[in-house]
Amino acid sequence: MLRVLLLTLSVVAIAHAGLCKPDAQNAFKVRLSIKTALGDNAYAWDANEEYLFKAMMAFAMRRYSSKSTTQISNVLLCNVTDRVSFWFVVTDSSKNVTTIPGSEVEAAIRMNRNRINSAFLLSDKTLQFVKITSTLSPPVEPSTPVWLIVFGVVLCLILAGIVFLVVAGIRQHKKKNKKSTERENLEEKCEVTITVENGIPCEALDLKAGHINGVFAADDERFTSL
Amino acid sequence: TAACKQAMEKSRPLWDNPLQFVFACISYAVGLGNVWRFPYLCQMYGGGGFLIPYFIMLIAEGMPLLYLELAVGQRMRKGSIGAWKIISPYLCGVGVASVVVSFFLSMYYNVINAWAFWYLFHSFQDPLPWATCPLNSNRTGYEEECETTSSTQYFWYRQTLNISPSLEASGGVQWEQALCLTLAWLVVYLCILRGTESTGKVVYVTASLPYCVLIVYLIRGLTLHGAVNGLIYMFTPKLEQLSNPKAWISAATQIFFSLGLGFGSLIAFASYNEPSNNCERHAIIVSLINSATSIFASIVTFSIYGFKATFNYESCLNRVILLLMNTFDLEEGSLTADNLSEMKDYLMATHPQEYAHLSPQLKNCSLEAELDTAVQGTGLAFIVYSEAIKNMEVPQLYSVLYFIMLLMLGIGSMLGNTAAILTPLTDSRTIATRFSKEVISGAVCFINCVIGLIFTMEAGSYWFDIFNDYAATLSLLLIVLVETIAVCYIYGIRRFEKDLYTMTGRKPNWYWKLMWAFASPLLIISLFIFYLSDYILTGTLQYQAWDATQGQLVTKDYPGYALAMIGLLVASSTTCIPLGALVTFIRKRLKRESVSTTA
Repeated sequence: MLRVLLLTLSVVAIAHAGLCKPDAQNAFKVRLSIKTALGDNAYAWDANEEYLFKAMMAFAMRRYSSKSTTQISNVLLCNVTDRVSFWFVVTDSSKNVTTIPGSEVEAAIRMNRNRINSAFLLSDKTLQFVKITSTLSPPVEPSTPVWLIVFGVVLCLILAGIVFLVVAGIRQHKKKNKKSTERENLEEKCEVTITVENGIPCEALDLKAGHINGVFAADDERFTSL
Repeated sequence: TAACKQAMEKSRPLWDNPLQFVFACISYAVGLGNVWRFPYLCQMYGGGGFLIPYFIMLIAEGMPLLYLELAVGQRMRKGSIGAWKIISPYLCGVGVASVVVSFFLSMYYNVINAWAFWYLFHSFQDPLPWATCPLNSNRTGYEEECETTSSTQYFWYRQTLNISPSLEASGGVQWEQALCLTLAWLVVYLCILRGTESTGKVVYVTASLPYCVLIVYLIRGLTLHGAVNGLIYMFTPKLEQLSNPKAWISAATQIFFSLGLGFGSLIAFASYNEPSNNCERHAIIVSLINSATSIFASIVTFSIYGFKATFNYESCLNRVILLLMNTFDLEEGSLTADNLSEMKDYLMATHPQEYAHLSPQLKNCSLEAELDTAVQGTGLAFIVYSEAIKNMEVPQLYSVLYFIMLLMLGIGSMLGNTAAILTPLTDSRTIATRFSKEVISGAVCFINCVIGLIFTMEAGSYWFDIFNDYAATLSLLLIVLVETIAVCYIYGIRRFEKDLYTMTGRKPNWYWKLMWAFASPLLIISLFIFYLSDYILTGTLQYQAWDATQGQLVTKDYPGYALAMIGLLVASSTTCIPLGALVTFIRKRLKRESVSTTA
């Protein structure tokens, strides 16, 4: 009796060991980067952490399929490395020596990814299920783009400034029009005394002490028009 | 009489004080070129060693020509067209050419301000929009184009410019960019609306604010991790570059264009001066400040480069380490940057097959290679800097500061450009009596804005490059050459010297006269010959187009009509000079004939 029991147990154990291998069917590789995520607060990966992982996987399967049949002993871990990475499969307790299809496991993990991550204080990047890509969350987009709001504010300020200056300029023009009539009379008198209109008074030309610049000599303004 | 003189002179607006004039010149001269061109030249032509040809050119070419233009403007008290008419009636074409070149410049330059506004408005988000790639349509990964290149380049080429693959595919006007361009022109209009009255106040801000931001960035930049790498890289002089003639030519070109000579803006600014203003001192101050700002800006740029290169280098190392750890299931922390090479050899020896399988993905990370990527122009300002900013803490603050600085630099230069166009227009009696200052300024801004919409199309960036490279370069060299020869040989250097003496009470010493008469014209002629021969020898002109599938720039040839446009740009400004002389000659001939027939 005892021998038969031992035999069946060893067969089951060997069979189970056969189920969990790298690249086995329905097996997934998991990679944790605890030191990268937590730095000095990193915990060591030991048998207790493995137990928690098995528990989380069982929890995920139960939530997904809402059958309370998955046990912690159904989750098999193997090939744990220093990296920390390992492979796991979930066996089906109702059928002997078979694994639950990978698609179901994947769907269960996707559904509960957040819970699994927070159990280990990690994130999607630091707790990687190698074949399961995470959907990226879209960035929050407000209804009106922020830049249009800032643009609108600046535009209103600039337009207000322009309107203010233009109006002030028109007012100044009206004041100047009164003054300019007086100045125009003065300027007409001055035009007669200064022969060249561009602001160089004749005295500057006298510095040449009698030399006449050939360019100006050919200038017809010396001839009075008939 | 004294009363007459006062009446004549009061009619011209003046700067409130000489400080406004100096600030206006600094604001105009210190522009984007100091920030995005000089650091590139420094890097290409020998780091610290480039400063030697730079300073020699500053003293031989920059200061004398700047003094000349300021003196001409201050003496003649007119914009560029009027001033050159006084020097000699046959030279009115020089003034017209300056106005035409300024017009081209203002058309395309304000687009940079539009881009700066765009980035500024997008800086008020967390995270910054250029920090991450957008997701693709089914949310499984990032946009393909963004994956092949980086998120900052994607934001610039796709979301800002929405660039087309080539010049021929013009695409439509991007309404977002058009809005920003309109805003940029409204800002410029606000500043020039009342002439020197408003410009004089605005330049206090546009001249000083960039320095405040540069100081903040200097402090931030020097404290960044890895900044020292960039600074060492920049300042180690590679003196063998001094034997490369291109270094000297680039130094001369940079000084020339950085000071903004030949556009007529400096003449316009100086014409609003009191005649007794000491323009010699101001010329020296402005040119020294301009050069000092270039060096200051390149220190900031190189600390930012160093930070970005170090960051990329360390990211590259971390990627390699992660890849090795995952493949060989090594313990975390066993692979570090220090033992990486030994561990690689060890792994190659112990697991040769898997290592060979992995080796195409294992890039050799090199800090030198990251630092060697020399960038200039819009690429530096908008891509490299935004990439560095996104990795700093509180990136929104630094982003806002940086783009406000770019805006100040750009608007300061725009004020000078528009002054160069408006001063001759307001000087001319026919236009000034019919329309007021506000209307003329408004018309100029409006026309420029409408034409500038070309640069907001999908191919707009390529047209921008055409204008940037060809609209001003050759023409300016010719204009300034004619200016120098005109003042020295046509007007007469002794007469000019006497004018300056009556005006300011000091004679220019032998150094200035020597530079004006011989050194500067010779330098300009050699630059001119070099550029002409360069254009002729290279055959077809080419441009860099963005390839979305590869995620990088590719070289393409310009199509025929683009080449025609380039020719038109250069020809329209250079032919003004002989045309002006011809028109004056014909006019005088006609007058003389009409007088002699009636006499």
